[in-house]
Amino acid sequence: MNVKENIKTLIVDKPLKLDCGQTINEFPLAYETYGSLNKDKSNAILVFHALTGDQFVTGKNPITNKDGWWSYAVGPNKSIDTNKYFIICANVIGGCMGSFGPSHKNPKTNKSYGTDFPVITINDIVNAQVNLLDHFGIKKLFSVVGGSMGGMQVLQFVSNFPDKTKTAVPIACTASHSAQNIAFNELGRQAITADHNWSKGEYSSNNTIPDKGLAVARMAAHITYLSKKGLQEKFGRKLQERDDLKFGFDADFQIESYLRYQGSVFVDRFDANSYLYITRAMDYFDLAKQFKGNLSNAFIKTNAKFFVISFTSDWLYPTQENKDIVIALNAIGANVGFVEIESDKGHDSFLLDVPDFLSALKNFLDQSYKE
Amino acid sequence: MKLEFKIIADLLEENTRILDVGCDDGTLMEFLKKNKNVDIRGIEISKKKVQVCISKGLTVLEGNAEFDLKQFPENSFDYVILGQTLQAFVNPEIVIKELLRVGKKAIVTIPNFGHWKVRLNLLTQGTMPVTKTLPNDWYNTPNIHMCTIKDFVRFSKTINFKIYKSLALINKNVSNINNSNLLFKNLFAELGIFLIEK
Repeated sequence: MNVKENIKTLIVDKPLKLDCGQTINEFPLAYETYGSLNKDKSNAILVFHALTGDQFVTGKNPITNKDGWWSYAVGPNKSIDTNKYFIICANVIGGCMGSFGPSHKNPKTNKSYGTDFPVITINDIVNAQVNLLDHFGIKKLFSVVGGSMGGMQVLQFVSNFPDKTKTAVPIACTASHSAQNIAFNELGRQAITADHNWSKGEYSSNNTIPDKGLAVARMAAHITYLSKKGLQEKFGRKLQERDDLKFGFDADFQIESYLRYQGSVFVDRFDANSYLYITRAMDYFDLAKQFKGNLSNAFIKTNAKFFVISFTSDWLYPTQENKDIVIALNAIGANVGFVEIESDKGHDSFLLDVPDFLSALKNFLDQSYKE
Repeated sequence: MKLEFKIIADLLEENTRILDVGCDDGTLMEFLKKNKNVDIRGIEISKKKVQVCISKGLTVLEGNAEFDLKQFPENSFDYVILGQTLQAFVNPEIVIKELLRVGKKAIVTIPNFGHWKVRLNLLTQGTMPVTKTLPNDWYNTPNIHMCTIKDFVRFSKTINFKIYKSLALINKNVSNINNSNLLFKNLFAELGIFLIEK
């Protein structure tokens, strides 16, 4: 990977006290920007990425040479219009695209941190990113937007910094990770740590990676991002480059081959320890608990205008969990709109070409920007 | 602009918080936003119409008033508007009670099934009336609980809410409904407009 030279990095000099009790100093926060900041700095949107995303939201990702993860939504004249807005996205801390994470060298041991890296939370992730506002001299963002784990960051951001954004768009997310969410993440973590190559997180010293475990983690997670109907329509029982079953354990079915492929390309771009740390951050996320069980209190100080979006076929972060956010906001008379988008594409809908979603997002942002 | 919207606007005070229940494509919300200094939200069951509202910059929740009003605390709004939708609910009694819990006041408009044309239609045809404002057949109509102006007035006594103001729309003219002209208005009004309180 031709990493470093293509990555913009802010060295955060303000010490950050983490929820686990540790404080991190002088840590790198990798970010990317799109569009340009206007004179009065009122057109900035902070986009938060999901579990396996990174700061390269749109265009060509210079590291993977693939399209950015939100190319459908972000770009000239798109939902998040780069002609109009200044878009900032940071790689989350704990990540593996340049921000402070477990693959970084520990100066004390001169080895990668591995599992010596502190356990981080969504709160820590957001508190690290707010430094970008100071870096750009932005007092108030026009919007914070994100799907899935990105949506959790939206909620945490508004709660931590109630005056720092005019609007907030949490998409396909939850205010509290459910038992099912935690279960799937645990499955992934167990797959990684069960891989012999993982070596208690010290694989980089051995010049190996737990690729088998990480691939299985990705395969399992990938299923949760799709819907049963979507899978059935795309793959059904179609066979993979063969006319009949082979009575063995090769990939007879297209769905098997597809999942194997998804697993194999993932290990080339993602760090196994980062996967452990970030899924843990998601599992620990419970915004209501931060406010003694009353989610409304998380938003009581903000005047931000919210727009919550869910998808009909998303069973990972189902509509009801998104609606719980809406209910908490309505309970305190907050300004909140909500729509459930019809889509067969499961949780992944927010990343894909779902016209109703893309137009709703665009309309909300552009109309709110006029106000 | 629809006369009904203008009448509703005249019933509202300035600087108030309003919820439009069943806000449709947001036409009334837009009208009120433009003509009154009010903070207005909407709730609408149709995804398509919610999308239209968003494209107009309106704050709208996709939801069903029968279940989703629960989330609002008491007196969240100064006014809750229910325009020509009461008849479509499975349980209008619960809806009215919810409107008056969530709002300090409510404005309810009802297409009057007591109108003479409706009565004549049933009398002469012997089939369920199909009119311009009620264009569906009995088996596919969303309007499962049609009522007359007189029914609504009686309803107020049965479930105990106050009618603060009642207006009739007859051939584009607005007039007051009172005890002495109720039977007449119930025969000639196309629409009844009620400002109600707990």
